[in-house]
Amino acid sequence: MVITGLGVVSPNGANIPDFLRSLQNGVSGIQFVPEYEKLKFFCQVAGMPRFEWEELRNYISDVSFNGLKAIGIGYGVKAAMDAWTDAGNEIYNDEPRTETGCVFGNSVGDSVVIKNVIERVDAGEAKKLGSRVVEQFMNSGVTAYISGRLGLGNRVLTNSSACATGTQAILMGYEYIKHGMAKRMLVGSTEHVDSYIFGTFDSMRILSRKFNHHPEQASRPMSATACGFVPGSGAGAMVIEDLEYALQRNATIYAEIKGGASNSGGQRSGGTMTAPSPGGVVTCIREALKNSGTSAGAVDLVCGHLTATGADATEIQNWSDALDRKGDDFPMINSLKSMIGHCLSAAGSIESVAAVLQIVHQFVHPNINLEDPQPEILELTGRDKIPVKQVKKEINNVAKANFGFGDINTCLLFSKYNINQ
Amino acid sequence: MTRQEIIDELKKVLTPYTEDKTLLAGINEQTNMIKDLKINSANMVDIIIDAESKYDIEIDFDSAEKMVIVGSCIDVIMDKMNAKK
Repeated sequence: MVITGLGVVSPNGANIPDFLRSLQNGVSGIQFVPEYEKLKFFCQVAGMPRFEWEELRNYISDVSFNGLKAIGIGYGVKAAMDAWTDAGNEIYNDEPRTETGCVFGNSVGDSVVIKNVIERVDAGEAKKLGSRVVEQFMNSGVTAYISGRLGLGNRVLTNSSACATGTQAILMGYEYIKHGMAKRMLVGSTEHVDSYIFGTFDSMRILSRKFNHHPEQASRPMSATACGFVPGSGAGAMVIEDLEYALQRNATIYAEIKGGASNSGGQRSGGTMTAPSPGGVVTCIREALKNSGTSAGAVDLVCGHLTATGADATEIQNWSDALDRKGDDFPMINSLKSMIGHCLSAAGSIESVAAVLQIVHQFVHPNINLEDPQPEILELTGRDKIPVKQVKKEINNVAKANFGFGDINTCLLFSKYNINQ
Repeated sequence: MTRQEIIDELKKVLTPYTEDKTLLAGINEQTNMIKDLKINSANMVDIIIDAESKYDIEIDFDSAEKMVIVGSCIDVIMDKMNAKK
């Protein structure tokens, strides 16, 4: 099964060429947000895409655009349509495309839209809400906008598994094609962290608070001076399809998706609502390797979850245990979150797009803000395996994982596509 | 306010809900909003809300059901405006 289209709205690039350049050069998309200072948040920086709302007019109908307020839906629509056209497809089609479905995830319906509903209803003005609120309030809004615009006629569903949402959406699309139910799936996820969502995380005291005046240094996965994650917003999307189907229509093939696994640690044995059980993580990675027919030794690059909290060292230990590799034998490992922060439900899809781009262009993107790695991480990885500058290298197999609240894990295996296989 | 003045204003109200703007050029009292202008029936409620705020009137369920063609919209709007006086 292969990947034939990519789309992204990332804090450090709102299209694939910009995103790729940022990945290669270690460009941060983290900014100081003056509003967060006024709101008295501990953390006052965030990863925000430079996104021209008006640009959406090129993607959806005028009537649809006029009533759209939900920013997360906007991000998702742009990433998905970009992936779709990148795969060589036209946007509009008279008939439903019954061979193609969509799995797209997100965390919540747009909370600014929800706030408007709450205020109107409480003021006794529910009758003034109109017809366009439900579609933006509902969690499946983004999927409904995407599939409606493209006329996708196979399975269409919305998933939500906190930080594992994006990788899980891709895996669900993969499994659906694998079982012969669809030829092609448009998969991905979106997240818009507005001040309400931001506030809920800020209150947990798990966000980066010491770098408010140096936003580009605020997201520091694996660093000894890491002090929490930086929330980010955006969306990632890809078109995955049956190899035969892709070859028949002469599609450009970026990479192979070989499989993956998703499980839960059950919030047992060290797993909680907010922390993954090490046993669950190790099982998930091993299952992903097994399902994709990849040996642990063949993994060239790990694109980790690595959020810049106390959990980073545990995650590295889990990778080491799952792959049974350490020191000189450890694969290259990086965290895109160092540049864009943690995009929550969109993390998995944006990071998966980055993983595929590293295969296509044969490089390992830098971990920025990692001049001072944690000693216990260094012990397992060695200095060379957590590069702070881009490394040009042969990359055949990438393991990409995300771990979400609720103790939910997902791991994917992407591989270089060899024409003569 | 004359019926023609209301048609001209109604055209502005209908514009954001009409995909094919060229259909609005030939609008008259017989124009059916869903069949002729291809307006999504779910959006009729938004048009009603817009009209309510534009003319500072309230359009009840029974009146809303009559708003199928442009002429009947004008009837309802004029009725409600007169009732206010």
